[in-house]
Amino acid sequence: MAVANYLYLSAILFTIGAIGVVVRRNSIVVFMCIELMLNAANLAFVTFARINGNLEGQVVAFFTMVVAACEVVVGLAIIVTIYRSRRSASVDDASLLKR
Amino acid sequence: MLTAPSLGYLLLSPMIIVFAAAVIGVLVEAFMGKTHRAAVQLTISIGALLLALVQLWRIRDLSSTTAAVNSVTIDKAGIFLQATVVVLALIAVLLIADQENFTAQASAVPGSNEEAVALLQKNQQTEIFPLFLFAVGGMMLFPVATDLITLFVALEVFSLPLYLLAGLSRRRRLLSQEAALKYFLLGAYASAFFLFGAAFLYGYAGTISLVGISSAAGSANEVFLLIGIIFVSIGLLFKISAVPFHSWTPDVYQGAPTPITAFMAACTKVAAFGALLRIFYIGFAEAQTIWQPIITVIAILTMVLGSVVAIAQRDVKRMLAYSSIAHAGFLLSGVVALSKDGLAASLFYLMAYGLTTLAAFGIIGLVRDSTGEVTDLNRWVGLGKKSPLVGSVFAFLLLSFAGIPLTSGFIGKFAIFSAAYQSGNIAIVVSGVLASAIAAFFYIRVIIMIFFTDPVNDSVSVIIPSVKSKISISVATVASLIFGVAPSWLLTSATNFATFIK
Repeated sequence: MAVANYLYLSAILFTIGAIGVVVRRNSIVVFMCIELMLNAANLAFVTFARINGNLEGQVVAFFTMVVAACEVVVGLAIIVTIYRSRRSASVDDASLLKR
Repeated sequence: MLTAPSLGYLLLSPMIIVFAAAVIGVLVEAFMGKTHRAAVQLTISIGALLLALVQLWRIRDLSSTTAAVNSVTIDKAGIFLQATVVVLALIAVLLIADQENFTAQASAVPGSNEEAVALLQKNQQTEIFPLFLFAVGGMMLFPVATDLITLFVALEVFSLPLYLLAGLSRRRRLLSQEAALKYFLLGAYASAFFLFGAAFLYGYAGTISLVGISSAAGSANEVFLLIGIIFVSIGLLFKISAVPFHSWTPDVYQGAPTPITAFMAACTKVAAFGALLRIFYIGFAEAQTIWQPIITVIAILTMVLGSVVAIAQRDVKRMLAYSSIAHAGFLLSGVVALSKDGLAASLFYLMAYGLTTLAAFGIIGLVRDSTGEVTDLNRWVGLGKKSPLVGSVFAFLLLSFAGIPLTSGFIGKFAIFSAAYQSGNIAIVVSGVLASAIAAFFYIRVIIMIFFTDPVNDSVSVIIPSVKSKISISVATVASLIFGVAPSWLLTSATNFATFIK
């Protein structure tokens, strides 16, 4: 199978994530879509590492996983705090700040 | 046989000091009793920042500039940007030290018994200091990073603490938490774009270093380069709040605790613009025909929209948020200029704007009624008559934002527009001057409200600031004044330091 197919897959995953962030209303799901985007980028990095024939892209993928884990920690902390004070994790309910 | 890589600890030492102090801060937070903890945390923060500043001064003339196996380049411009971040952070930490702006226990539900007990027992957590130091460390790393991994890691290291800090306000906690949620979701969204763009830049150049991306020009797949530039730019333009990626700025600036807004507005701009300048001046320099037209349009949109929408704002913090969007537009004309003058002007502008912003938000924190800060502009009416000193300082800062001659804002705008003019970009200069004129209108309207209208609401008053806030606001104001009246020192050093080394 051609390596380029992995790039198409990564672009599709990224697009699904990017659209999901805009369309979905539950902040946990929005956050999952962001994680999907990060993993799409990871897939692109690894594919390019294969195409370019060096390891730098795979190293980036490891760093991204660590950073994504940190993001989960911070993100869930914020979402859980909001949920505890409002009993809702919907991004539509969070609209006190006027537009 | 493996050889140990040489890291260049001397060049990294300013950042190592700040990060180490942050880690010590976490330990202090975990193990120290509540009586002296705040004082100890403040001492650690100030001490680390001062040490970092001294260390930056010591390494300013070193001939070797690359450290950590070429992933960091501490060149002249990098040192200037790091020093700017540290100086602004030193002023900001004195505002942040006013603990009563922050929630006693972030984990307690707003309005709950737990929260009331924590307040009553003065069980104030001080985790803001380590979070603040981590953010500062990330901000120092971001403008000197020269490969895509380091850029991404630095971006996250300074963003993640800021997301949390935005949610730690003591009053109006729901607003504050909502600001944190918005900032986090949109910020993470933007960094995903940045990372995806970085992947395509790597695919294009076969290397993750900015120099490698620049030297791959012409030999590789241009489509990858185009995708890479666009997606990486989205990530960066979000951080500097350029139109159309600005929508988070007013909400977050309004909802976050005012000292944090001050810190965020001043220091994030420096770090993000530093990285933006380095990426565009080094990594994308060969591809300028692709990005220059796009960034020019974005710059013009940003300054015009920022200035126009600011007129309609009824909230001081939102107004300054839109003003910061307009300023991002002005600063982008320094990026588009792509010259040494453009870089020098941007360095000057960032310092001058940062000082003015810190002082302005410092003053907003002083105007209160019984429930907390008053940010509704209609209630600021006649404030200059109640408190002439605070009123006139705020008026001076607004004039500096507007860029009236004899203020640092004027010198900055003049330098940046003349650099853009010399690079032949007339459109950006014309729209910049027009946008400044629009912006001057609403700044002056606020001054008229403060001074020439009779006060109506007597419950609003200016509180007596604590010594720390007093020092912070006066240092920032005086520095902003000096750089306006006698700018030559800062201008000369900005010019001397305006070199990126490839």
